[in-house]
Amino acid sequence: MNSLINIPKNAPLTQAKQIKTTCAYCGVGCGINIQVAPNADIISLKGDPEHPANYGRLCSKGSALGETLEASSRLLYPEVFGQRTDWPAAISQIAESLQSIISQHGPDAVAFYGSGQLLTEDYYVANKLMKGFIGSANLDTNSRLCMASSVAGHKRAFGMDTVPACYDDLDHAQLIILIGANSAWCHPVLFQRINQAKQNNPALKVVVIDPRKTNTCDIADLHIPIRSGSDGHLFNGLLCYLAEHGKLDTAYIENYTEGFETTLEQARSETGSLDAIARYCGIDTAALESFYQWYAEAEQVMSLYSQGINQSSSGTDKVNAILNCHLATGRIGKPGAGPLSLTGQPNAMGGREVGGLANQLAAHMHFAPDERDLVARFWGSDKIASKPGLTAVELFDAVADGKVKAVWVMATNPAFSLPNADKVKQALQNCELLIVSDCVAQGDTLDLAHIKLPAAGWSEKDGTVTNSERRISRQRAFKPLSGEARPDWWILTEVAKAMGFAEHFQYQSPADIFREHARLSAYENNSQGKLRDFNLSALADITDEQYAEMEPVQWPVTREKPEGTVRLFGQGDFYTDNRKARFIPINAQKPKASPNEAYPLILNTGRVRDQWHSMTRTGLSARLNLHKPEPYLEIHPDDAQRYHLRQSELAAIHSEWGTMLARVNLSQDIQPGMVFVPMHWTGVLSAKGRMGAVVNPFVDPYSLQPESKHTPVRVSPLESKWQGFVLSQQAMDFRELLYRVDIKGDGYFRYEIADQTLSLEALEEHIKKQLKEPATLSWQRHDDPASELLRLACFKDEQLILVCMVQKDHHLPERDWLAGLLSRQDSVKECRTTLLSGKPPVGTADTGKQVCACFNVGEKTLKSLIASKQATSIEAIGKACKAGTNCGACVPELKVLLG
Amino acid sequence: MIRKLVVIGNGMAGMKAVEELISAAPGKFEITVFGAEPYGNYNRILLSPVLCGEKSIEDILINPLSWYEENAIRLYAGEQKTVVRIDRYKKIVYALDGTEAAYDKLLIATGSKPSILPLPGNDLEGVMAFRDIYDVNKMLAYSQEKQHAIVVGGGLLGLEAANGLVQRGMKVTVVHHRDFLLNRQLDVTASALLQAELADRGIQFKLSSQVHRLQDNGESHIASVTFKDGSMLPCDLFVMAVGVQPNIELAQNAGIYCEQGIIVSDTLQTYDPSIYAVGECIQHRGLTFGLVAPLFEQAKVCANHLSGHGVANYKTLPTSTKLKVSGIQLFSVGAFNGLEGAETISFQDPFAKVYKKLVIKHNRIQGVVLYGDTRDGPWFQTLMERKEDISAYRTSLIFGEAYCLHQADSDLIYANNDAAA
Repeated sequence: MNSLINIPKNAPLTQAKQIKTTCAYCGVGCGINIQVAPNADIISLKGDPEHPANYGRLCSKGSALGETLEASSRLLYPEVFGQRTDWPAAISQIAESLQSIISQHGPDAVAFYGSGQLLTEDYYVANKLMKGFIGSANLDTNSRLCMASSVAGHKRAFGMDTVPACYDDLDHAQLIILIGANSAWCHPVLFQRINQAKQNNPALKVVVIDPRKTNTCDIADLHIPIRSGSDGHLFNGLLCYLAEHGKLDTAYIENYTEGFETTLEQARSETGSLDAIARYCGIDTAALESFYQWYAEAEQVMSLYSQGINQSSSGTDKVNAILNCHLATGRIGKPGAGPLSLTGQPNAMGGREVGGLANQLAAHMHFAPDERDLVARFWGSDKIASKPGLTAVELFDAVADGKVKAVWVMATNPAFSLPNADKVKQALQNCELLIVSDCVAQGDTLDLAHIKLPAAGWSEKDGTVTNSERRISRQRAFKPLSGEARPDWWILTEVAKAMGFAEHFQYQSPADIFREHARLSAYENNSQGKLRDFNLSALADITDEQYAEMEPVQWPVTREKPEGTVRLFGQGDFYTDNRKARFIPINAQKPKASPNEAYPLILNTGRVRDQWHSMTRTGLSARLNLHKPEPYLEIHPDDAQRYHLRQSELAAIHSEWGTMLARVNLSQDIQPGMVFVPMHWTGVLSAKGRMGAVVNPFVDPYSLQPESKHTPVRVSPLESKWQGFVLSQQAMDFRELLYRVDIKGDGYFRYEIADQTLSLEALEEHIKKQLKEPATLSWQRHDDPASELLRLACFKDEQLILVCMVQKDHHLPERDWLAGLLSRQDSVKECRTTLLSGKPPVGTADTGKQVCACFNVGEKTLKSLIASKQATSIEAIGKACKAGTNCGACVPELKVLLG
Repeated sequence: MIRKLVVIGNGMAGMKAVEELISAAPGKFEITVFGAEPYGNYNRILLSPVLCGEKSIEDILINPLSWYEENAIRLYAGEQKTVVRIDRYKKIVYALDGTEAAYDKLLIATGSKPSILPLPGNDLEGVMAFRDIYDVNKMLAYSQEKQHAIVVGGGLLGLEAANGLVQRGMKVTVVHHRDFLLNRQLDVTASALLQAELADRGIQFKLSSQVHRLQDNGESHIASVTFKDGSMLPCDLFVMAVGVQPNIELAQNAGIYCEQGIIVSDTLQTYDPSIYAVGECIQHRGLTFGLVAPLFEQAKVCANHLSGHGVANYKTLPTSTKLKVSGIQLFSVGAFNGLEGAETISFQDPFAKVYKKLVIKHNRIQGVVLYGDTRDGPWFQTLMERKEDISAYRTSLIFGEAYCLHQADSDLIYANNDAAA
């Protein structure tokens, strides 16, 4: 296939070079400066001091990006039906298969499912191919699980999916409200920026609204632990309070909005006295009143919200309840004031820009006849999709029902992340054609694929991303493509050409695509045509060189405002037909499923500090794996007692939809009646650690976003014959066991394991048969069969290469000290005889559980520093051992240690 | 009034009792000691290291002759001073050379004599036991001129003798009737480690074997050994280490009640209330003794009664074993081969030649066998004797005291998901 375009192989450098790029993780969109050696190794990786998203800061995850580029985890070659093949064969196979299904069953029998980790250019080509030329709108993405409610809320209120505020506003605010957002862990760089703003401006107040007391509360002046799902009511109440206390901006309401009266009336009809609202939300009246009063009094108010709002069966209404209050006070589009949706993925917003959701067509346009016509003319296609396609949950239901026969999944893992994930997995298993493009070699979804395509990963990809504040930044390649990996845009372009659309897919580079994307955004974008917020007219004709050098810029970037747009709507000019914002009357709904006798607890889900999504990248960094190495169940001690769970034991979490296993973590920070599990563990890294299997599949009626934060569950202790862990320098396979978590360490692999039936002898044999060169190994064995206890140590010469420790109960030694012995990769002679005790030889220092992931400082080290009065403040700790001086994410823990 | 104490036997048990008595009741007795060997008191347990050349006779002396003088003890030592008769009516003892001594209290500590196998040829020259300094000297003399030694008995003494002879340059074969060595002190696993280690040092083994007869060289000296399986080995020195028998002849002839040994009460009194007995010559509650720890305990209790305090009772505790072969560490005590309903905790490191086993019942140690690393043997023994409940630190128990006392198992709560983090 000679037509395959040549990919610039990211030519080898001849000397060390400075690369500016952006982080692979969350929607803060931090800039990164990387010094790259001629062999493409990273010499240094630091926050870009000039990037407006982070001004030099990076969190623990971003700082560790350099540790995640190992080749061993990568998918390197195309595979068709389990056989390695070459690109021409894979592409023609895809083209033929899709065409065959389309010709038999119509275009709606095929679907693409993308990700907020695709670059804008990748997304654009995928969207154009599906909606413009295949002729279906069955292109949805994992942004549906993340941002869809914000998108829907924005569109209802503003006419378009516009984020009015920006990060700079944080430096001007008088009141910052964080709603359903644990930014200390999920958006650490913004959290640190808020913390800094608070130090610069002592008058700045921070309110955290979250059922859980998270680390974000560390900087809060007020934490409002509302009952899960009562946000809509809370903000309806706020709107009434503002009206009653004369805090409305009547001029703004009059000039720039419509629907205020009915909205206020609706809010009033729903809420009562402060006491009644407080009771509904399960909080103190005094706390509620403080919040309302602060909101009323502060001129500059910012509402930052995230998944606690979005992932709800009434997420769109919750977004609008928040937006209503900003519109009613005119606190929008002004320095220090406005709502700001915190995005979870590096390019969720970029995806929305190109139209990467099934209910969008392209470039912030939908399926109205004028919009279809505009896009059809621009693309030169007569096959353009005529109606919205299937959204994520609907899409995989349709796969299950056999209506959708081919799915192409890109850079995401729906068999893990969707609610009722076991059903999704089942559906994909039965799907006629599953194509998966990914940069890793294993995944819950990838493992089921008929066709596997190696995609370029971060460090190899080149294009643009848009962060939470509408800032478009370049993500730049600095490493050659691994194996036969190709950028997603290239793969899609080749398939489009093979399907007969070559004329319309003549891209030679990301810059070609970006220019077309920018031209489409500007195409007839005026009051005569179709006026849209998203407009990159100033970038429509940039040269390849300009694209290569493009600086971060906030859209709209028009010929009139080529420097971009910091904030919007300060003076109205909304993107509704009459340019007025719309108040949305909110009939606050409770979550769809209520706790009941069979499932008495509410399951909440979310992120942990040092992991990101399905851990395909963060899970490769040993130091990031130290913070929360295992899926855990956070539960209040009273509930734990009621359901017979004890600290660090294993628990089963059951819902009507499925089951997962996790380790118990008692916490006073979670309300009785609610439990929390992290979202990160896939079937690759764990057995039954997938929270998606448990989560209920209810969705918001407007955004179709699932209610991932609220599922009725019951919990019970996991009855196991034995439990424990294996630490091994060699990778091992424990996939047959009931409970298993794979954790990559520094020079070793750690496996947390448990089983109900396997004998200790069988376990021992299973371990021994996996080790290479058995004749060169010597073993140490300790057993106590009455306690189901087996401890093994394996040595090669004087090196410790494996430790196994299992027993009936969970009172096992700390893994850290033993792990340190495996990391050492040298003689362990001095502690050989007693290392199976799991304790250092008497007299040897044990630095304790890691607290600071950036500098690997342990709890015991810190405690002794503090106890010896060498460190009496956060600053002094930093001076003494550097802990807390990089990402700052451990500062709350340091404070706890300081007492 | 100063009373007279006569002690028959200048060995470890008798002299320990004297030492204890002197410290508990100085000046209470005028003490006379008879010993059949011409030395002060020495540590018989350390004869093996003397045989190996690791220690000299001087090193193992406990009480030199000066000690007897300093403590005003009259010592009659030497073969001629062997006591041959006790006149219980007159309360006088008589030695071979006619020396006599009157007593108010008599302490018999005549020890034991080695068992001699009833084999054809057991009266040949070059056939001996291993009991005292005389035997050591004899073996040393053989090792300088002769080549082939056979030691019968794979117990502690036999192995120590074999080790000494090997180190002295002889070719040594240990013959044992059971299929593993130290079968009373070790389990099969530990025994196999021991055998391998001794084999590395050059000792050969003939297990599950019994000697049929001994052949001479025509000059009344042993020349070879025939086994019951028909095989034969050349032999210049034949050492029997097949156990000991209490030395009770003297007591028996005096009409003191004996069975296997001299029967004593819990206060170490014989059937004659003026006469006490301690050590390997006694039988207490059906048991006879061959290891040092109970002997010392008996000596203490005996001295307590002789001194007039009269409050202590002797009780036989489980006794631990050690092998005096340098570089080999082994330890065992209690029911280490298991018990009905007991559980086993074990640790094995074949490469490092370490093996440990604890027998546990109702969370209490019932038996211990340690090989290669015996540091915690005494602690395990203490726990066993005190019947300590070990459940609080069971998972660390095998690693010893240092790993158990500061932390209970239940303190080990994996802080993986610390709420503060």
